[in-house]
Parts: sequence; structure tokens; C-alpha cells
Amino acid sequence: MSSFFKKSDLTRSDAESIISDTLKKCDDGELYLEDSKSESILLDDNKIKKSSYSSDLGFGFRAISDEIVAYSHSNEISKNSLKQSSENLKSTLKSAKGIYNHSIPKSNKKYYENINPIDQKTLNEKIEILNKVNKYLRTKDNNVKQVTANFLGEQKSVEIIRSGGETLTDIRPLVRFNVSVMLEKNGRKETGVYGIGGRNSYESYLKQDNWKNVCDEALRIASVNLESKPAPAGEMKVVLGPGWPAILIHEAVGHGLEGDFNRKKTSAFHNLMGQKVASEGVTIVDDGTIDNRRGSLTIDDEGTPTEKTVLIENGVLKNFMQDRLNARLMKTRSTGSGRRENYRHIVLPRMRNTMMLNGIHTQEEMIKSVNKGIFAVSFGGGQVDITSGKFVFNCTEAYEIINGKIGSPIKGATLIGDGPSILKQVSMVGNDMMLDPGIGTCGKAGQGVPVGVAQPSILINKMTVGGTKL
Amino acid sequence: MVKDQEYLSQKASYCLDQAKKLGATDISVLVSNSISETVNFRNQKLDESNRSDNLAIGITTYIDKKKSSISSSNLLKENLDILIEKCIETTKNTPEDEFNSLPNKELLAKEVKDLNLFDDTNIKNEDKINYLKRLEASASSNKKIVNTESSFTQDKSNFILANSDGFCEGYKDSSFIASSVTVAKDDKSMERDYEYTNKCHLKDIKDAEELGKLAAEQTVRKLSPQKIGSEKISLIFDKRIAKGILNTFAEAISSSAISRGTSFLKDKINQKIFSDNVNIFDKPDILKGLGSRCFDSEGVKTNTLKLVDKGELKHYLIDTYNGNKLNLKSNGRCGGTSNLYFENGNISYKNLLNSNSKCLYITETIGHGSNIVTGDYSVGAAGFFVENGEFKYPINEITIAGNFKDMFQNITLANDLEFEYSTNSPTMMIEGMVVAGK
Repeated sequence: MSSFFKKSDLTRSDAESIISDTLKKCDDGELYLEDSKSESILLDDNKIKKSSYSSDLGFGFRAISDEIVAYSHSNEISKNSLKQSSENLKSTLKSAKGIYNHSIPKSNKKYYENINPIDQKTLNEKIEILNKVNKYLRTKDNNVKQVTANFLGEQKSVEIIRSGGETLTDIRPLVRFNVSVMLEKNGRKETGVYGIGGRNSYESYLKQDNWKNVCDEALRIASVNLESKPAPAGEMKVVLGPGWPAILIHEAVGHGLEGDFNRKKTSAFHNLMGQKVASEGVTIVDDGTIDNRRGSLTIDDEGTPTEKTVLIENGVLKNFMQDRLNARLMKTRSTGSGRRENYRHIVLPRMRNTMMLNGIHTQEEMIKSVNKGIFAVSFGGGQVDITSGKFVFNCTEAYEIINGKIGSPIKGATLIGDGPSILKQVSMVGNDMMLDPGIGTCGKAGQGVPVGVAQPSILINKMTVGGTKL
Repeated sequence: MVKDQEYLSQKASYCLDQAKKLGATDISVLVSNSISETVNFRNQKLDESNRSDNLAIGITTYIDKKKSSISSSNLLKENLDILIEKCIETTKNTPEDEFNSLPNKELLAKEVKDLNLFDDTNIKNEDKINYLKRLEASASSNKKIVNTESSFTQDKSNFILANSDGFCEGYKDSSFIASSVTVAKDDKSMERDYEYTNKCHLKDIKDAEELGKLAAEQTVRKLSPQKIGSEKISLIFDKRIAKGILNTFAEAISSSAISRGTSFLKDKINQKIFSDNVNIFDKPDILKGLGSRCFDSEGVKTNTLKLVDKGELKHYLIDTYNGNKLNLKSNGRCGGTSNLYFENGNISYKNLLNSNSKCLYITETIGHGSNIVTGDYSVGAAGFFVENGEFKYPINEITIAGNFKDMFQNITLANDLEFEYSTNSPTMMIEGMVVAGK
């Protein structure tokens, strides 16, 4: 099926016997093979700045004994290289005396097609769209001083071979299309950024000239920011718009609910299982099963089929996200959340599409109820310290709310809050849940993986807004 | 053992020849190999061992003013042939850009100085384990520490950069990195902090006990933080945070941000952007320096630059492409700065702490709140409340905000510069910023 053993002196049966021999006294482990192809085409400053292609092939060999993980990877797929890795693993786990856990759940469900998006559109077609984007934006508004647009596409084939020869495979497409525009008016410069994407062909996102909608959105955000005033500083009420602002959920509670931090008791949530951690009406799931979403996975990077994991149900903490290692040590099951950036990295429990589900309120009700606060519509990145629980994210489009009405746009400001307590400050959950447009990448321990988020509008009673206006 | 110069050069020259045959007018190739071995400890026990062996090749081909690039980790001949063909094909189909070119031959590095960046020592896993045992025992001896995670990494790499103008150079370097992340707990809070050491030579790294003790102390002192009110107050940035402000400055003077017009420091050459007493250097030839190099990622020789002289901006960081566009010569900064630092100020650390009756000492920032287009800055922060020069109590869950244009004019630097990282700053005070809290 795959080409891993075609151009090498390593045969599948050699590999299988090295794997079984290496893992015979281990609790778990596998050989992970990966073949990825990716492209990046960038228009910037009126020109095609970059057209690049990359192919990466390699393996990661992992052996686990009790709590100890030994890992070795190489981009040379050969008998010699695999044997050397095997020696490395064995020397770390000399005293291993575990019993290999062969059980791994099976599923036939797939959440995306076996396609290679890179080949489905020619380079010239992609360049043509980028040039159209540039022309469209510069014609549409005289204040446009800079346009950047790019295509990112990849196909990643993975094969997981476990002790005894059990093999699991997945082929994962992923594309992204981004537009960034800078406006200058009266000496003031502001940018607006928007993008779309997911695990599908470029065409599925770009049909009917959909690139124009992406341009319009980036331009709209930049235009709003051009009129923005300094943001207020201090504690106030915050209304979050639906969709992408759910990175608040991702940072504030998502990371803190990953199995590793809870097994190690370094997460602020580790002793809160079964307890109320959020207001009534707040339900949060991590879902890998939505078709073609950026964070969806048919199987995770250990071969476990993905699922929809309920993390918080009606305010009560129900589950952590688990990979096989942390699940075994915490005496629970893997939730199919074992992920890695690529074969160079070890598996960690990670998020997929993290979503807060609908409540009963309208956004209008929320705005009306606020005397002084802000309405945050779009964000840049976020970050969390899972131990202290403090998290931040940066607004890229926000407005002040005065006496129940949306006022002027405000400059980008950081919002800071406390993860374990923020969800108790949620006083209204909207009925307008939206998925993000498919652009998120989550970083953890130096590994980036594609993720998604979703939420309805929500009202938070108290958050600190990091503006400059006292 | 990392691949030797000969192996890497052979691969590079094969690619140069092959691309030339297929019609490339100019070519550059980077071939590299790095081997990294890490041991992780957690709560005084072995947790993970990790060995990584990375081979990589990057090829850029030009056909006159058309350009494209490919990269791969598979250096087998048949794969390289396919990739080079694909690269040439893509180059032909990519529109011309008048500013595309290899660097000016005159600017290429003529000699490669030995900057003592490679230590041949191979530290065995047993020795890494012993170091980590001592480190974690020292950190854990502090009663409030409830969790420790530490790691020791040995990194060895080698590379060859070659181009069709005859440039073909490279060198080995090494780094030895030990780090410790500790978690402390009391009735009211749980806090985390860290310490690390990173040196080219094994014998220069911090002592294990010392490292563990520092990590533990830095964590424990953060326990039971308070939130303070919103106000304008002087901020003192610990060295590990101050260097981040210097990195943002470097980002804003990169020739790509300047040529695209997306930097708040565009057109500021010879203008005063910092307070009078601020001088900034980028010095590539420091022996054993973590950012040291003989040439940049295009092969252009790197000389020391005094980027800021008595507060005035003197240079941008220029690569070939953006240099062509701005009509300026490359100054060997493709890929960024080397060893970047603020020169020492003329006030001691102690006097800096005492210069206001009260101030905040910032030890940590969180979030990506630097906007180099507008200069706006807003990040989450944690640190200590300082009164009459003394640390009174830890603070948390605040934000600090300002605009770099004003912040740069209000910088006062202490005289405690050390070369711990590739970017280094003395302790820094900035007046007039806004803190948001309660």
C-alpha cells in the first residue's frame, strides 16, 4: 500500500521482527513511518515571492516501559538505521519487564478523502489566483499599501506498525489560504488578516470566487482598525463573538485538560475531576470527527480512532484528553488524542476541534446587559501557563460597549484571565455556535499541530483588558 | 557522529551540477546534518530518552530573475534528481522578480574564522543522568517544590552552504543544554518557573546543583501572588524579558519589514529612536558565542554592526533580496542577528531598583502582543511589587501595555550585562507604561 519499503534494503518482515524484538518486554511502543509532501506559494509586495516544495520522509521508533519513554528517529529508512535506533531504545530500557498491550480499537470511519491537494491545481492556477487577490484588493481601496496572500498545501501519509505486525495507516490532506492586507491613511498603518482551510482540496474552499470573500474580510478588519481608539485598561465585562474567539476555550481550559499535565499533577485542573469548573449551561467537547475540519483525524498518531470527547458537561469536568501512555498510567482509555507534529517528535495528548456547544441566549441580549465592557470579535494568538492557570489572547478586532451599545473600535489589546475560574464567570452562552474558518495551529513542547475551535457568543462577567487608557 | 564536510560538500556539488545541467542560471544549496541526544528526568527519575538524527537539503534555483526552492530530508540520488527536476520546472513557471539574485560575489566570506563553536566531547547518557540526578536533588530539597522536570541535551551539527558562484563553506557547532522546570505549591497557589544553561562547550555549562537551586528559588518566590490595581507605574524588566524587547527591535529593522513598509521604524535611519545613552551592537565574532557566525545564510560575510549609537538608528538588518530592493548592500544579516546586545548602562542593578519609591519588577510575559507595524505592545505579565528597592510580594494576572516608540525613549539600562543567550540585555527600566489589573 505505501512506499516505505520500496526503495530501501529494509523489508517489511525485517522491520516487523526488529519492532517485535525491541518491544518484547515493553508496555507499549510502535514504529511510526511518515511521508509528507508540502508546498508554499506566497505573493507579497506585488510579486510572487516564494514557490517552494518540500518532501520529508522518516521514521520514529518508540518504546515505553512503565513511565519511561525511549524515542529515536531518523530520516534514513534502512535496515541499519532501524537497528541502530533499536539499540538506542534497548539501552535506555535495559530493565524493562512489561507486557505489551496489543489492544487498539478499530474503526472504518474516515473523515477526509485520500487526496493530494498539491496536485489538484497547477502552479499557474495558484499563481493566477494570488495575482487576482493582489489586484482586487489594491483596486478596491486606495489606502491598501501592502497585500500578502499565500497557499499552503500538504499531504501526509502515516503508517504505524505495532509489535506483532499490526499496521494502521492514514493519508491526511491539509490546505490553507491566507490573505493579509495593510492600509495606510493619514500616516497611520493597520493590518487585517483572514484565512480559510481544512482537510480537503483547494477547490472546495475557493469555488465561486470565494477568495473574494476572504479578501473582503481581511480588508474589513484592517478598515475597522484604522478607526480604532486606545483600548481601556482594567477589569470589565467581555462579550466574545462566535467562532474563532473560542481560542479562549483552547487556552483557558483546553491545555489544562490534556492528560500529561494531569498525570503529572502540574495542571491547575488535576484534582477537579467530577467537580463543577464552569457555569451551568457550559458544555465543552473536543471532537476529531467533523468531516474535513483542520483539527479532525481519522486515527491519531498512535493508531487510535478519533472520537468526540466530552470534557465539560453542563459545568462539570468529565474527561481529560488522553494518549495511550497517559491513559495507561491514569487507568483510563485513550481518547484518540495522541498527536505529534511529525516523525521527529514524541506523541503527546493534544486537542483536535475544541468546541463550546450552544446555549439559549442571543448576542444582542449580551451586549444590552453590559454597561461598560468590550466586544471582542477576532483574535490573534493566545498562550497559557497551565500551572498557574493564567492565560492571554490578543484581540485583532474589538469594540467598546457603553450602556448596552457597541461603540468605537479599539486597538489590539491583550486580555488576561485565570483558566480554572474564567468558565465560572460565563454568565450567558449564546445560540449562534460557529466553527472557526480553519486556520489554527497549536503549539506545545515545540510541536505545532493543526487544530480547530468553535463556540457561540458568550458573556464573561470579569476579565482584565490590557489597554493603555486608564 | 554528524556527517563530515566531505560528505555534505559532495551532496551539495552534485546538486549544483545537476541543476546547472537542467538549465538553472544560478543555484544555492544548503546541506546539513544534526544529531541531538536528550535525556529527560521527572521527579528524580528517568522519564524519556530521545535521539534525533536529521539530514536536510535545501536547494534554490534561479533562471535569470525567476526563482524557486525545494527542501527534503531524503538525500538519496534518485530522490534528489526528481526534486531538482521539479524545482527547475517550478522555477520556469514562477514569474520574474527583478530583485532576485545571489549575493554580490565581493561580499561573500573569503575565510572562515575558527570561533571555537564546536566541542568534540561526547557526553554519555550515564553522565547526563548523573547531572540530572544532582540537579533534581538540589531543586527538590526545597520543601515547597512538588514537581520537577529536567532535561539534558547534546546537539552536534554540521553544514555546507554552496552556490554557483563558487562559494562552498560550512562548519560544525555544538551545544550542551540543561534545563529545569519546577512547580511549587502552597495553600493558595501553584506556580511554575525554570532555569537553563546553554553553552557551545560542555565545561562552560552551569553546575547542576546551582541550576536546580536557582529554578526552585525562582519558582517558590512566585507563590501566593496578588493582583494589583490598574495604574501608570515604572516597570523593571528582568534580563530574560528585556532581551525579548531587543528581539522585537531587531524584527522591526529587518530589511524585509522595511522594504515592505510594515515597520514602525521605516525611514528612521540617523534618527533618535532610543534615549541618548542607549547603544546596541550586533557582534558575530564572539568566541563560543551562541549567535556567532562567520557568514549569514547566503554566505555574506558578517561584520560587527553598531545598530544604535547614542540613541540613533544606524543600520537596518539587510539581506540580498531586500537590499536590492532598497538599493542598499547586504550587511550579512540574512537570517537575522548574531550576538545582539545593549551596551551596559551606567547605573547599578541596586540603584535601578531604588530609582523609584515603588515599581514593578517583571519576570515573565505571556502572549504575542508586539505589533511591529504600529509599535503597539500589550502582553500578560507576572513579577514582583518593589518598594524602596525591596521585593515586597509576587504579582500575577496583569497586563502591561505601551507603544515601542515611547517605550524606547524611556529606557534606562543597568550595568549588569552578561552573555547568557544569543540576545542579551542588562536589567532594563521603562517608565510611563500602563499596567492593567483589578
